[in-house]
Amino acid sequence: MGQFLPFTKQVLKNLFSEPATTQYPFVQREYPERTRGHVDINKDQCILCGMCMRSCPPGAITVDRAGKTWTINRFDCVQCGYCVEKCPKKCLSITPGYQEPGPEKFTYSVEVPYEPPKPAAKPAAAPAAAPAAKPEA
Amino acid sequence: MGKRSIVPYGPQHPVLPEPIHLDLVLEDEKVLAAIPSIGFIHRGLESLTSKKDFNEMVYVAERICGICSFMHGMGYCMAVEDIMNVEVPRRADYLRTIWAEMSRLHSHLLWLGLLADGFGFESLFMHSWRLRENILDMFEASTGGRVIFSVNTIGGVLKDMPNDMLKEFVKKLDEMEKEIRETTSIFLNDYTVKSRLVDVGILTGEDAIRRGAVGPMMRASGINVDMRKNGYAAYNDIDFDVITSNNCDSYARCEVRIGEIFQSIDIIRQCVAKIPDTEINTKVTGMPNGESIIRVEQPRGEAFYHVRANGTKFLDRFRVRTPTFANIPALTQTLQGCQYGDVPLLVLTIDPCISCTER
Amino acid sequence: MQEIKKDMYLIDKAELLQVIMEKKNALWRLCQICCSFPKAENHYEVTYSFANGYDFANYRLIVEKDEDVPSISRVYKSAIYYENEMHELWGLNVENIKVDLHDKLYRIDVETPFIEKEDK
Repeated sequence: MGQFLPFTKQVLKNLFSEPATTQYPFVQREYPERTRGHVDINKDQCILCGMCMRSCPPGAITVDRAGKTWTINRFDCVQCGYCVEKCPKKCLSITPGYQEPGPEKFTYSVEVPYEPPKPAAKPAAAPAAAPAAKPEA
Repeated sequence: MGKRSIVPYGPQHPVLPEPIHLDLVLEDEKVLAAIPSIGFIHRGLESLTSKKDFNEMVYVAERICGICSFMHGMGYCMAVEDIMNVEVPRRADYLRTIWAEMSRLHSHLLWLGLLADGFGFESLFMHSWRLRENILDMFEASTGGRVIFSVNTIGGVLKDMPNDMLKEFVKKLDEMEKEIRETTSIFLNDYTVKSRLVDVGILTGEDAIRRGAVGPMMRASGINVDMRKNGYAAYNDIDFDVITSNNCDSYARCEVRIGEIFQSIDIIRQCVAKIPDTEINTKVTGMPNGESIIRVEQPRGEAFYHVRANGTKFLDRFRVRTPTFANIPALTQTLQGCQYGDVPLLVLTIDPCISCTER
Repeated sequence: MQEIKKDMYLIDKAELLQVIMEKKNALWRLCQICCSFPKAENHYEVTYSFANGYDFANYRLIVEKDEDVPSISRVYKSAIYYENEMHELWGLNVENIKVDLHDKLYRIDVETPFIEKEDK
């Protein structure tokens, strides 16, 4: 039989076995723990250094030092994980759970409660022109 | 002499997942010539070197293709590592090899499904893709991505696979191997499949060389070339034979790819048995300066990476020659003289990946 | 012909066709043709790569900005695509391509996108 109708065995198996797909809306898929779904921030550790903004390949992250916000456009994010790797404080992480689709792109913003330590000597020195300042608070 | 006509084929066609256009010159049902034209999805990824630094380019390189994404990243990283004289830790080499072979597995299973779909064997298509799904799940469990893995970095890999995870994967692959053997035996033995594949689309060995064919297309014409034998990553520690076939037809291409599926499983097994416990990446400092050419064997054939750096963080030139680009002239050769009904099948036998081709 | 590094030779335009014919007669296959325009040097570099089994050889041609290169598409048919690509993306003139697609290989609006306008 094998040579003439090699698919017969498979056909019989298909008839008497469960479907290979999951019954999606009723059974939710479980994601493994390493799944790169979306970028999360631990806002207490963030120092607003802007490394993630500068290294993001699609330019989805914006860090506002003056307004103290960390903003991500999850529709632009490609989940590559380069920001997570570059973050000096390791406050970013990629966790399971994909961005749900929506009718238009929107951004997700976090207020970061970080207080830059006041430079002792020059209190009114240029605030924006110190990208390399990495204060250890 | 019959009546001549020109039939446009594509860019949208049921068997084509991606746009390629062919102008077929027909005489009755026989194809006299095929004139391909590409260029519907050119993205200019190579020119992004002037905007993204060489570390970010890893992620750009990965997005050249959705199927061999890992190998594009790997080839690019290997080229930059070669320029910067970085010695990659041995474990990273092995991990790269394992992921690369898993990519080959999933690409070939995908191709088998598409081929079955191309000649109208829908249930075989679904079975091939059901098997492929297991490999995607393994990718998700080990890297976090199902298609784009983002685990390569210059100097190694970012994520480790613990040894028990590797053992579990091998166990799963052992189970899968039985099922794959069952499914692929249908491709090789079924009467209907054979009647569509045997003696269709002949590409002789000399033609393959003249037209610059690569990969399974070339090996199915009896030419024994596999870039993995050059011994990049961990392939120099692995024992494997190049799979070739002398039949030169579509069936031979199917045979070669099926052979490579089992070869990949075997290579993964060997890697898991031999994998050393070392670091997975080295710290890379400084900027690349110089140039390097790396050739990597992808599921579709030899891919070519030419990186030229000038000592700044932006590269001068990043050139990728993807396997499909090299196989298109071979495709026009196989199409000459075939029947019109075989055209979709022959387009599929080169395993076309058009977004790769146009980058 | 002068060896720059392993498997990489610098040739000039007069030698090109001779090298190509030698390769063709020895049944080497054309791997690729790569065009680049290093900003520091301000000239085109065209690299022809050939392979035969596991042997590998690259031949590099240096071309000034307004110079032409001869086409090899009559020797190697697969060179058509590489040469059209060179002309379309880099603006390098290739003489006498067998199938000249007149900048219609890729359907893009920009002329010679890979080269910056002030360089031209």
